[in-house]
Amino acid sequence: MKIKLALNGQKKEFEIQPNEMLLDVLRREGCKSVKEGCRQGECGVCVVLIDGIPVNSCLLPAARANGKKVLTTEGLAPSANGKMSVEQELHPIQRAFLESGAVQCGYCTPGMLLSTKALLDNNPDPTEDEIKLALEGVLCRCTGYVKIIDAVKLAAEKIRSKK
Amino acid sequence: MQREFKQVNQNIQKVDGTSLVRGKGVFVDDIELRNMLYAKLLWSPHAHAGIKNINTKKAEMLEGVEAVLTYKDVPRIPFTTAGQGAPEPSPYDTFILDNKVRFVGDRVAAVAATTPEIAQKAVDLIEVEYEVLPAVLDARDSMKNGAPIIHDEKEAVIPIPIIYEPWKNLVAHVDINIGNVEDGFKESDFVFTHEYETHYATHTPMEPHVAITYLDENGRLVIRTSTQVPFHVRRIVSRALNIPVKNIRVIKPRIGGGFGGKQEILIEDICSALTLKTKKAVRLFYTRKEEFISSRTRHPQIIKLKTGIKKDGSICAIDLDIIMNTGAYGSHGLTVLCNSGSKLLPLIRCNNVRFEGNTVYTNLPVGGAYRGYGATQSYFAMGVQLDEMAEAIGMDIVELCKKIHIRTGEGSPVFQALGEGKAGVEQKIGSCGLPECLDLGAKEIDWKNKVKLYASKRNSKDRYKKGVGMAMLMQGSSIPEIDMGAASLKMNEDGSFNLLVGATDLGTGSDTILAQMVAEVLSVETNKIIVYSSDTDMTPFDVGAYASSTTYLSGSAVIKAAQKVKEQILKVAGEMLDEAWENLNIENGKAIGTNGEKTFSEIANYTLYERNQFQIASHASHITHKSPPPFAAHFVEVEVDTLTGKTKVLKYIAAVDCGTPINPKLAEGQTEGAVLNGISYALCEEYIFNDKGRMLNPNFDNYKIYTTADLPEIKTILVQTYEETGPFGAKSVSEISINGALPAISNAIYNAVGVRMRKSPFSPERVLKALQTCHKEHGMHGENKTTDEH
Repeated sequence: MKIKLALNGQKKEFEIQPNEMLLDVLRREGCKSVKEGCRQGECGVCVVLIDGIPVNSCLLPAARANGKKVLTTEGLAPSANGKMSVEQELHPIQRAFLESGAVQCGYCTPGMLLSTKALLDNNPDPTEDEIKLALEGVLCRCTGYVKIIDAVKLAAEKIRSKK
Repeated sequence: MQREFKQVNQNIQKVDGTSLVRGKGVFVDDIELRNMLYAKLLWSPHAHAGIKNINTKKAEMLEGVEAVLTYKDVPRIPFTTAGQGAPEPSPYDTFILDNKVRFVGDRVAAVAATTPEIAQKAVDLIEVEYEVLPAVLDARDSMKNGAPIIHDEKEAVIPIPIIYEPWKNLVAHVDINIGNVEDGFKESDFVFTHEYETHYATHTPMEPHVAITYLDENGRLVIRTSTQVPFHVRRIVSRALNIPVKNIRVIKPRIGGGFGGKQEILIEDICSALTLKTKKAVRLFYTRKEEFISSRTRHPQIIKLKTGIKKDGSICAIDLDIIMNTGAYGSHGLTVLCNSGSKLLPLIRCNNVRFEGNTVYTNLPVGGAYRGYGATQSYFAMGVQLDEMAEAIGMDIVELCKKIHIRTGEGSPVFQALGEGKAGVEQKIGSCGLPECLDLGAKEIDWKNKVKLYASKRNSKDRYKKGVGMAMLMQGSSIPEIDMGAASLKMNEDGSFNLLVGATDLGTGSDTILAQMVAEVLSVETNKIIVYSSDTDMTPFDVGAYASSTTYLSGSAVIKAAQKVKEQILKVAGEMLDEAWENLNIENGKAIGTNGEKTFSEIANYTLYERNQFQIASHASHITHKSPPPFAAHFVEVEVDTLTGKTKVLKYIAAVDCGTPINPKLAEGQTEGAVLNGISYALCEEYIFNDKGRMLNPNFDNYKIYTTADLPEIKTILVQTYEETGPFGAKSVSEISINGALPAISNAIYNAVGVRMRKSPFSPERVLKALQTCHKEHGMHGENKTTDEH
């Protein structure tokens, strides 16, 4: 069967199996930022945004994403369309994660970035408790979360001040 | 001694950071190979059984199945899965596949098929007739007369001359005796004897174990794997499959965390076997359930600790007795046990020390390397007992710690007595920031006020009671005279440098800190250093990421390589400027002399294209002669709900002396990650088994690890010292801080409610039960009922 997605701002049509999960379809189509960690909806490293809402793509049948807007980390940074350059532009959330030391192994980072985006899109100035609640669904074993929470605060600041 | 640095001791962003935040395909599983097959394994449902018959016909006939392997199809060569130097101090007690299974989750057979679904279906079609054998499910029963023998195969052997008696289920034995503990106990005013017990837990890196193997254009086996030990993977796979090392290339891309769980040749052997059989690329990716059941765990220990102390706080004798459960295979069985003594005992000044330990087989999941590596277990026992001692002599535990800890300039006979499979290495402490750690941590948590205040409220009728607790810690930095790390470095014409290291960044940031060290030596920005690490064809050797070694060991190799390159640069610049190179300096990417200056780019172009051409390049190796300990003092404040037994951590302070932190932000990150893993282990992570040895909670719903929602306030204080033998004064940082939570939280629970938790984890059930027992026995809280006064 076929599904249509607005994937990272571009209209796409994918041939899928009826029982396939969105995680597998996205990875097959090149979105390698979407990670597999448990396939049970418990670890959150496969989080993508569907119409702006964080969803564990390992548990979502791809067919149910039909017609939706899907954002993965590949679509987070502004695309350098037309520029012949090795410079890599980054979204303020990505910069905040780097500057805060919030990335260790990086395996949970895509899920954390997208969960942060979903939070900040709706709540540009979250409290620490709101941040903790928003990231609760993504597990990280490396950082102890301290610097990730710092990063979310810094990202909020960057976005508010359009830095 | 503090020094001025430009590149080290700075918060440089991770060199791989941009790729990681962009979600680039940098991990093992992120490549796609044509006609790649998917592997699935059949696991033992029994704790202990022989395989009487195994029928793979139906599986083989399934369309899409390209290989089915059982013990009949693979070489019968015993090896260890422990990723250690050669010869490994772990028994050769493992086969790729065997005719016997030794725990629920042991390998039985392997399938490679065109899709994961077909592979799983084929696994389900394999018919096995087992002869179920009696199982040993308690380490205390393992060495009893008549206990079932778990490794009765004749091949099981240990490759070094140490005690290994599989016919008794004995994997390793340690016995050291310094002074005379009996005399020490006689001198003591108080003697304590208690038993402590630590539990099964596992690493749970977010990236499970994964490998992709294939044959390259020359027919060589390429193993792309999520490992901490690429060179040991190459050597051990070579042994297990009986193929030459020269025909194997191991590539470690970015790794999604390891924590010791990937210091293990866990999947590379079987994945490679499937590639050799099919000549195709094969991918093996552990499910989360397989991670829990079939990967590696923290060795549980039963620790009997007896100590004697005088009223003035002098420790007169320590008698440490450990039974360690290694599960069905002896991976790291000796060395984790040794470490329980060697990382703990030298910390405490004491003339009479005895340590006896036995590691035993059981039919339970397999122990392995796990951050802390034995120290996590033994520091629990000692940390709690020190709190008891302090209370008995009426001394604040912080003051007691200050009195008894090893000082700069002091040695310990334990360093020499306890090595890893052989005698240890004598060393004197070169740097010790523990007094500052103790002071700053105590101040930060308001120790003196709170410890008294909370103890005074212990018998109140409040439902929620607060408490504070602390522990002092010590670890090591590398395995001296054993570990080797090497690096090579070459200069490019734009003044950038390629740094090639065997050292294995598994998310820790070692690529970054090694680049910072090169940049410091060469006086350039860190972003001029292009790092490529851990590819056995391309990079020099390194033992890998374990034993808190990379910064201290590989860092020193990198500095040596950079110094050689620096000398070459200066010599060329001297030739270009026509002056003695010894008089030149380098600064900000230039060589500067009295006749002028030359940029690195000019120098590199000169050597590549102009005169006396050669490649500015070097390589260097390093072995360590010491394992200088980092030190730490951890302080925790908790709140115990006396109605439910639930313990909540409110605040956690980790004051750490890691020498010079090469990258303070990364060092803090290492500390915070270790602390939270420690807290999570102390309070909620636990394997639950049924009476057949099956783990019942192999998922994150039922094996809970801490999330952001559970996160207490964590504060890291880096106490900077300068270790003269270390790279720019650095020692290790990664492991030490996982060891504080067990003792500090146990002590805080005591401060809050007056019960001693000597068995981990401190789950609500266990704390509640302890509270109820205490009420029943004493009708009140807080009486110390276990001290024997002479």
